Amino acid sequence: MKYFVKLVRPYLIWSIVIVIIPLLLIVLYSVTTGGNDLINIQFTLDNFKKMAEPIYVAVFLKSFRLGLISVGICLVIGYILAYLITFFSEKVQNLLILFVTIPMWINTLLRTYAWISLLSDNGIINSVLEMLGMEPVAMMYTDFAVILGLISDLLPFMVIPIHTSLCKIDHSLHEAAMDLGANPFQTFWRVTFKLSTPGVLNGIIMTFLLSISTFVIPKLLGGGQYMLIGNLIENLFISVGDWNFGSAISVILAFIILIAITCMKRIDKETGEEE
Amino acid sequence: MSDVLIELKGITKNFGDQQVLKGIDLNIRENEFLTLLGPSGCGKTTTLRILAGFDEPSSGEVLFDGVDIAKIPPYKREVNTVFQKYALFPFLNVYDNVAFGLKIKKMDKSLIEHKVKKTLKLVGLEGFDKRDVTKLSGGQQQRVAIARALVNEPKVLLLDEPLGALDAKLRKEMQGELKKIQKEVGITFIFVTHDQEEALSMSDTVVVMHEGIIQQVGTPEDIYNEPENRFVANFIGESNIVEACMIDDLLVSFDGFEFECVDKGFKKNECVEVVIRPEDIDIVKPEEAKIQGTVKSIVFKGVHHEIVVETERRDYTIHTTDYYEVGLKVGLSFGPDDIHVMYRMDWE
Ligand SMILES: Nc1ncnc2c1ncn2[C@@H]1O[C@H](COP(=O)(O)OP(=O)(O)OP(=O)(O)O)[C@@H](O)[C@H]1O
Ligand SMILES: [Mg+2]
Repeated sequence: MKYFVKLVRPYLIWSIVIVIIPLLLIVLYSVTTGGNDLINIQFTLDNFKKMAEPIYVAVFLKSFRLGLISVGICLVIGYILAYLITFFSEKVQNLLILFVTIPMWINTLLRTYAWISLLSDNGIINSVLEMLGMEPVAMMYTDFAVILGLISDLLPFMVIPIHTSLCKIDHSLHEAAMDLGANPFQTFWRVTFKLSTPGVLNGIIMTFLLSISTFVIPKLLGGGQYMLIGNLIENLFISVGDWNFGSAISVILAFIILIAITCMKRIDKETGEEE
Repeated sequence: MSDVLIELKGITKNFGDQQVLKGIDLNIRENEFLTLLGPSGCGKTTTLRILAGFDEPSSGEVLFDGVDIAKIPPYKREVNTVFQKYALFPFLNVYDNVAFGLKIKKMDKSLIEHKVKKTLKLVGLEGFDKRDVTKLSGGQQQRVAIARALVNEPKVLLLDEPLGALDAKLRKEMQGELKKIQKEVGITFIFVTHDQEEALSMSDTVVVMHEGIIQQVGTPEDIYNEPENRFVANFIGESNIVEACMIDDLLVSFDGFEFECVDKGFKKNECVEVVIRPEDIDIVKPEEAKIQGTVKSIVFKGVHHEIVVETERRDYTIHTTDYYEVGLKVGLSFGPDDIHVMYRMDWE
C-alpha cells in the first residue's frame, strides 16, 4: 500500500503544476490590476463590478440561452440515439458507438469549416435548393448555424454517458416491471429512464460545460460580431490583453458552472428518493 | 382434487437449432404447490418464462382457465414471478418496490398502503418500509421479492430457484416459510429447483424434467417410492438400480434369483429395471437371504452408515445404523414392496 502511495507522488506534483497553479493564478489575476505584472500587485474588485455592465450581462445571457438550447436538443437526439443503439448486438453496438465518436477525432476547426461549406450562401445546401428552383436561405452567421455546429460537436458527449448507463441496466428489471403489470411505455419511463438518469445528468453537465466555453464555433459560424462568453474571454486575453477582466469572467463562469453541477447532483439524489 | 388452472399442451421451444423443450404436457391445478425439478439446463426456467409470457413457445398451447394465452403479453397475465436474482428495483425502497405493481394499476393510495403493509407482515418484514433494498441481506431481499409479487394477488406465483442464493440454514428456514405462505394465501405456486430434497419436502406435486422432457409427475412419495425410470430413480436420492426380467405379474428375476414384488401390468419376460433404496435393504446372516456378499466398505454419514456390499453380480449400497466389519460375509434381504419395477430406458 505504502509503495503505491509513493507512486502517486509524481502525479500529485504534476497535477499541482498543471492544474492548481494556473487556477490560482487566474483567481489572483481576477482580483488584481496590472495584468501579468506580478511585482506591483494591486488588489481590487473592479473586474467583477465591470461584469454588471449590460453588454457583458447580455453576453452571459446569450451564452446560457444558446448553451441550454443546444444541450436540450442534444439530449433529445442523444437519448434516442443511445437508446436505439442498445437494441443491437454487442458487436454492432461497439461499432455504432465508434461511429458516434468519429467527429471527436476530427479537429473542431476542420469540422466547423465543413459546416461552412454546407451552410454558406453559395454552399452545398443552397446550391441544391437552387437546383430545385427554390429561394436560397441565408444560414451562415445565425443562431441556427451556431446551434447546429454546437450540436454536432456535443452529441458524442451526450450519447456516450447515456449509452453507458443504459447498458448497465439489468434486463431482468425490465422483465420484473412487465411482470408487475407495466406496459412497455411504463416500463421505459419507470425503469429504463429512471436508471439512465446518472448518464443523462453527466451528459448534460459535459455538453453544457463544452457549449458554454466554446469560441471557435460561434466565431466561424456566427461571424465576427457574434459574442459568447468564450469569445469574450478569448478577446480579452488575446486581442485586448486585459487578463484581469478575462480572469474575473472565468472565475464567475466557473462559479456558475459549479452551482449548476451541484444542483444537478441534488436533483439526481432527490429523484432517487422521491415517490 | 381441485380444478385444473393451467394446461400445457405439447409445448416445444427452440433456440436456434437447439430444441430446449421437447413436448411438455402438464396440468397444473388450483392452489397446488408444484415443483419443476431437474438438472441444470433441462428447461425449467424456459418453461417458467413461457408461463410468465417472456418467451413464446415454438409450438403447443398454454391454456389458462381454458383460454389460450399465447398472445397475451406478460403485463396482462394474472401471474407474477419471483426472479432467481430477485430483480428488485435498486432506486426504490422496500415499500415502493412492493407497491410498484399496485401503483401501476392506479390503485387508491390508502388501499395500496393497506395491502403493502399486510404483505410485508406476511413475509416477516414489518417495519422495513423505508429500508434501502440494496442494503438488505439475501434472505430479506428474497422476502421483498416474494412480497412484491404476492401483493398483486396473482392466481399463480412463479418462483425460479428463489432459494438458490441462500446458505443452507436460511434455505431450510425459507422453505418452511414459503410453504406456510402458500397455504395462507391459497394460490398456485410453481417452484423451480434442482435440489431434490427441497422439491420433495415442499411440494404437493413434483415434475421431474430431463433434457426438455417430463420424466415423471407425481406426489413426492410417488416420485421417491415409485420412480418410473432410471433417471428419476438416480436423480431422486441414492438407489441400487438393477437390470431385471419381469417373469409374471408380481414376480421379477434378477441376479439369478426370483423375487416376489408388488408390480404388475408388464409383459411376460419384459426387460425392466428394479430400484431398491439403500435404506430398504436389511443386512442379515448369509444363510437367511438369497443374495450374499462381503462388506467392501463402510462410511459413517452422520445418522447412518453407508455400506457397500460386493456380491457376485454387482455392488449394493445399503444405509443402516448398525456397524459391520469390512470383509464380513452377509446376506441382503428386502421385502416385496421394497422392490420397485421400472420400465427400462436406454440412456446414453
Ligand atoms: N435465450 C436463449 N437463447 C439460447 N439458448 C437458451 C436461451 N435460454 C435458454 N437457453 C438454453 O436452453 C436450455 C435450457 O435452459 P433453461 O434456462 O430453461 O435451463 P434450466 O433448467 O433453468 O437450468 P438451470 O437450473 O441451470 O437454471 C439451456 O441449454 C440453455 O442454454
Ligand atoms: Mg434456470
